[in-house]
Amino acid sequence: MSKQYEFTVNGKPANVTLSNDETPLLDVLRNALGLMGTRFGCGLEQCGCCMVLIDGTPEKSCARPIWNVAGKTITTIEGLGSAERPHPLQQAFLDEQAGQCGYCLSGIIVSAKALLDRNPSPTRAEIAEALDGNICRCGSHNRILRAVAKAAAAMRAGAAS
Amino acid sequence: MNAPLPGPLADNPILARWVSFAEPGKVTIGTGRVELGQGVLTAMAQIAADELDVALTRITIRSGDTVLAPNEGYTAGSQSIQYGGVALRQACADVRARVLAQAASVIRCDESELSVRDGSIHRNGAPTGQDYWTLASSVDLTAKATGTGARKPVSELTTIGANTPRLDLPGKIFGTPMFIHDMRLDGMVHARVVRQPNRGATIDAVDEAAIRHAAKGEIDLVRHGDFLAVIGDDETAVDLGAAAAANHVTWQHVERPTPLQQEATWLLQQPAIDRLIGEPEPADPQGRERFEVTYSRGYLAHASISPSCGLALYKNGHLTVWTHCQGVFPLRAALAREIGIDAANISVHHVQGSGCYGHNGADDAAADAAIIAVQKPGVPIRVRWRREEEFVYEPKTPAMMVKVRALLDAAGKPADWTAEIWSPTHNLRPGAGGNLLGALALPDPPAAPPPGDVPEANGGGATRNAEPLYDIPAKRIIHHLVTETPVRTSALRGLGAMPNVFALECCIDELAERAGVDPVQYRLSITADARARAVIEKTAAMANWQADAPSGTGTGRGFAFARYKNRAAYAAVVIELDVDEEIRLRHVWCACDAGLVINPDGVINQIEGGIIQSASWVLKEQVRFDAGVASFDWETYPVLKFSEVPEIDIELINSKDEVPLGVGEVTAGPTAAAIGNAVSHALGARIRDLPLTRERIMDALLKA
Repeated sequence: MSKQYEFTVNGKPANVTLSNDETPLLDVLRNALGLMGTRFGCGLEQCGCCMVLIDGTPEKSCARPIWNVAGKTITTIEGLGSAERPHPLQQAFLDEQAGQCGYCLSGIIVSAKALLDRNPSPTRAEIAEALDGNICRCGSHNRILRAVAKAAAAMRAGAAS
Repeated sequence: MNAPLPGPLADNPILARWVSFAEPGKVTIGTGRVELGQGVLTAMAQIAADELDVALTRITIRSGDTVLAPNEGYTAGSQSIQYGGVALRQACADVRARVLAQAASVIRCDESELSVRDGSIHRNGAPTGQDYWTLASSVDLTAKATGTGARKPVSELTTIGANTPRLDLPGKIFGTPMFIHDMRLDGMVHARVVRQPNRGATIDAVDEAAIRHAAKGEIDLVRHGDFLAVIGDDETAVDLGAAAAANHVTWQHVERPTPLQQEATWLLQQPAIDRLIGEPEPADPQGRERFEVTYSRGYLAHASISPSCGLALYKNGHLTVWTHCQGVFPLRAALAREIGIDAANISVHHVQGSGCYGHNGADDAAADAAIIAVQKPGVPIRVRWRREEEFVYEPKTPAMMVKVRALLDAAGKPADWTAEIWSPTHNLRPGAGGNLLGALALPDPPAAPPPGDVPEANGGGATRNAEPLYDIPAKRIIHHLVTETPVRTSALRGLGAMPNVFALECCIDELAERAGVDPVQYRLSITADARARAVIEKTAAMANWQADAPSGTGTGRGFAFARYKNRAAYAAVVIELDVDEEIRLRHVWCACDAGLVINPDGVINQIEGGIIQSASWVLKEQVRFDAGVASFDWETYPVLKFSEVPEIDIELINSKDEVPLGVGEVTAGPTAAAIGNAVSHALGARIRDLPLTRERIMDALLKA
């Protein structure tokens, strides 16, 4: 029995028809909607590669059933910015060269976005704690921490001007 | 007489494999080295841009491709820049010289009047209307390299040595589909393998109906011998079916590793091939004090953040494979050997995956896709391993025991040094004859390769960095290559260098303590090598190293040094940490001499990564066995988290006249040993077995 699910992704309405209402949101994003920026890392909600914002809250999408997100608003890495109009976080990650293989970065940038939304002036320790749900195996941590702090400063300056 | 061509250029002398002007205004460079997150393609582009005198933006790169790119074996061993980069640089110099010779003949002038500016040929500083692209058709790049093209003097290099931003990072920051996992081919089918538990295990029964029911969607099963896969259009259904198969497929002849086999001490009792490298140990110590200590490390996982992925299409007798492995040519040869297709009918293309840090599941995932593709001609197959599959079936880096014996002179310095090593192999790569995992389940499985390890000429496997660089009159290695292991073992970042440098550099600290000498001074007193001394002194200065800092306070500092493979980059590391029940890293200082630096920020990024990954190995990581591999996810195999990462200061000693050297592996050993020495300093008691678990810390405290 196929069912239809409606929700909002990156500001646009999305509508998918699925036979399995337990289909993970991550599979829907990548396979039904072609949004490949959100990555599969574990399928166990452990590594954070699949982090998205659901109604503004950072959530792992790899085991989140589609029925659970019907009617909700989802933001993925593609919804934050683009090469032409980068989000301040993305600009800061470029400036700091914050990444090696880059597979974890989508999830990390999304987690950082959620942090800065609730705390515009985080300390290094607060940034680190907010990113503890994301694994980086290459060891780019310090660059990533610097990039988030830099983005926070840029966003505060932007808000003040 | 010409200098010999750099190795990879001698192996691939046709210039067109390295450089092409086929696309107007663009330069296509070929490299056998592949992007693993280490920034190598950016460095290669910098090298080519500088040597050809073109803007970086004109460069496009084809890498890791059996059809289009040179065969450079593996992207491994921190050798890409040292060998591949040097080869590319010479190829570019040869091409530039050929173009200038042709330009001189067309313009009817002397070559010495010509120069290149962003690809345009200038005569005495004025444009000539000629450029690489106008002249391309009249310059034969199918010619062989001669090595006669003059490379730019170091003083004239501009792009080399600059902090060029990574070419691949923007796509990774904006979520662009660029990983192999993101590839989608027309008509493509998803697949998951139901893994054979071990070589020789056979399928007893398959409850196909139960698997289909669990999938909650359309799936199919593909079976060839004991190779079984779930395939289908719907990736979710394929995942569910494969997960259910664990309970609905039964196997015979299953062997599972046991907890006893998990520890390095188990290796001491196993059959081994024994070698002595160097002169035998002196039977009579001639009155010199004998000092012996034993260090160990458990099995480690690569634990790549993305599970391995491979795509394949078998069509009209030709097999095309897409992979994130480190060596497309060796994989092609292994596919030919183990699934029985002529190599001439196989093409292998590299597509980026996540960081691998060595031989992970990438080759095997590609082979899985190839095996299924051959069963389903005309259908593109995408295999993506499950997280558990990656942890359980990736080749592990072996556990190792290292016993160090030193004879000390009257001043307490080592006069005779023996490193005795027990280790399984560090190399079961396909290129070393290692089997492709899926092939073991086929009807006529390939035989296991004969036992072996990386030869010393290539830096050694278990023996890598076992010999101290220090000035010690007599040094030797005794290598026990353990031939039967509970799990497949292969290359991880630095191979034996991490456990060997851990043993060697911790032992040096123990000797310094016995001699009553500060460990930095002790090292300097047995080091003549000027680059080594510079790195040691610089790191000590960066950290404001203080001799005689009191020990046993709960806060400690440790020092360690190594030259990778005793012939590549030099690095020293200082670690500052706190220990109570657990270890908390505070700060790391590191100086590194990697010869001519191509991209300083890229080098620093690699060094940072090497330090953090090694710290993670030392503090947290060991693959556990319990009726199978019991480290199967991020909770059973935790790695260092953001809140546990120390601040790191790195300084480079840019030895511009020296060969450029890789840095991905140089800090693996020194970081481990510096942590070991810092913990000893903090506790006033030494722990010689890795990882430095809470149990080992408590044990050491009780003994202190």
